[in-house]
Amino acid sequence: MSEEKKTNRRDFIFTASYALGAVGVGAAVWPLVDQMNPDASVKALASTEVDVSGVEVGQSITVLWRGKPVFIRRRTSEEIAKAKDVNLDDLPHPETDEDRAKNPEWLVMLGVCTHLGCVPLGDKGEYGGWFCPCHGSHYDTSGRIRKGPAPTNMEVPKYEFVNSNTIKIG
Amino acid sequence: MSDHEYTPKSKLGKWFNDRLPLLTLSNHLQEYPTPKNLNYWWTFGGILTFCLITQIITGLILAMHYVASADLAFGSVEHIMRDVNYGWLMRYVHANGASMFFLAVYIHIFRSLYYGSYKSPREVIWIIGMIIYFLMMATAFMGYVLPWGQMSFWGATVITNLFSAIPFVGESVTNWLWGGYAVDNPTLTRFYSLHYLFPFLIFGLVILHIWALHVPGNNNPIGIDLKKPSKDTVPFHPYIVIKDIFALLIFLIVFAFFVFYSPNILGHADNYIEANPLVTPAHIVPEWYLLPFYAILRSIPDKLFGVIAMFAAIFVLVILPWLDTSKVRSAIFRPLYKQFYWFLVADVLILGYVGAMPAEGLYLLVARIATAYYFLHFLVILPVLGAKEKTLDVPLSLTEPVLGGSTNEAIIKKKKEI
Repeated sequence: MSEEKKTNRRDFIFTASYALGAVGVGAAVWPLVDQMNPDASVKALASTEVDVSGVEVGQSITVLWRGKPVFIRRRTSEEIAKAKDVNLDDLPHPETDEDRAKNPEWLVMLGVCTHLGCVPLGDKGEYGGWFCPCHGSHYDTSGRIRKGPAPTNMEVPKYEFVNSNTIKIG
Repeated sequence: MSDHEYTPKSKLGKWFNDRLPLLTLSNHLQEYPTPKNLNYWWTFGGILTFCLITQIITGLILAMHYVASADLAFGSVEHIMRDVNYGWLMRYVHANGASMFFLAVYIHIFRSLYYGSYKSPREVIWIIGMIIYFLMMATAFMGYVLPWGQMSFWGATVITNLFSAIPFVGESVTNWLWGGYAVDNPTLTRFYSLHYLFPFLIFGLVILHIWALHVPGNNNPIGIDLKKPSKDTVPFHPYIVIKDIFALLIFLIVFAFFVFYSPNILGHADNYIEANPLVTPAHIVPEWYLLPFYAILRSIPDKLFGVIAMFAAIFVLVILPWLDTSKVRSAIFRPLYKQFYWFLVADVLILGYVGAMPAEGLYLLVARIATAYYFLHFLVILPVLGAKEKTLDVPLSLTEPVLGGSTNEAIIKKKKEI
């Protein structure tokens, strides 16, 4: 036998078998993993329509969308002014208020703290917006993170005004 | 193991043992040579086995009455408490049993830290133990979610959200864990399934843990290698069995105190309110046994690094046998390590305390200092001590300190100098 190790037919067959085996195992395991992803009945609840005719200026309501709370707040003019009068450089996650609230009177966002998912409390905190009691994140009147461990602003979901009294979320 | 020569006395026993050597195993477990100087800190292995079996039996019974459904779970737990015969006892033993399990495991771990039981040749025992500890935390967390109270729901939300810190795939991973866009019924049912499975994984690992232990044999308070069997050892049965049972009885008094006199003191009142996805309780805290890690998580002002620090706090324990480079095992012969050991104990207790307090002001500052010290202990102090510490002379056998006339050359030399 020569010292040099030559690739022979057997090596090729081994490698090909391992590769095919790996593909087979992967194909068999994927359904076992994917069954844990959101199922069809969960995905079917993807949009919610909310009647906001009863909400006065300075009030907010919380509705459930995809198992998560959504804050719908009809902001006062002071709150809007406060949200607009912010230097973007001061924000950990810079976003203008115009981008977050198309109609400045209505702020619609997921009421979920972007740190670890608690529901922040309204009209609290150092910036007059929301305060998360779990780990002390402060949000301003536009729902932007100002202080604390949360990495980003509270998320604005996809929504639209179906008519002047109804918001469709999702 | 020197019990290969064992042959059963009866003919039937011999016939059976030749086909499946269970009697050899049983003989090994009885004769297993154990250091004769083991103190009561060594009884927690037996106590932990008892805890695991108690949790499995009471859990099995609770599973007969519990309903894993977001609509019915909370009610079914109240049904167990009020209607099922002795249901209250099963649930209180199971819930407090988890706390007792962790109490015992912390004592067991800190015993290893003091006497250097994780060092060569026992690294594999230690690593299996750390995997068991990690699985225990996962099991306890998922079990706490099952009653579907407010703390269950929001604890589950906060802990599963830890995974959202993973860059790029965080959101997909959390949605996969939840089976939806928030903690909900699919989350509850899968946690129930895994909470049922994990104790059996732990049971299997416990068998490996003991198997790995029986290869080199027990460490001991002096921390030296022993000749086995010899004058330094006693057979496991009856000596250690009796001692373990006595310690277990004392432990059961503490256990029974919690179950019968203050069954809810280790829980949170908020968990007697049914889960409400719209309202977070004002003050969320995990169970007491997770508090030090929770304090580490909160002490880092960045989400991703907070999560990394928390997992690193556990991982640093896994690699401990290679961080502590000192050849001397027992803290008895390590005057400096002995002091740093108690600093670490205090540090972990402080972390546990600030973990239960709001993360602000002085508490946050203390949490940050304690977190820094925790990592400093393992990553800096231990390697430095391994190189610099002047250790005391270690006896060559257990009988030596009693009988005098040392066979350790270093000690003989010192005595001559005096």
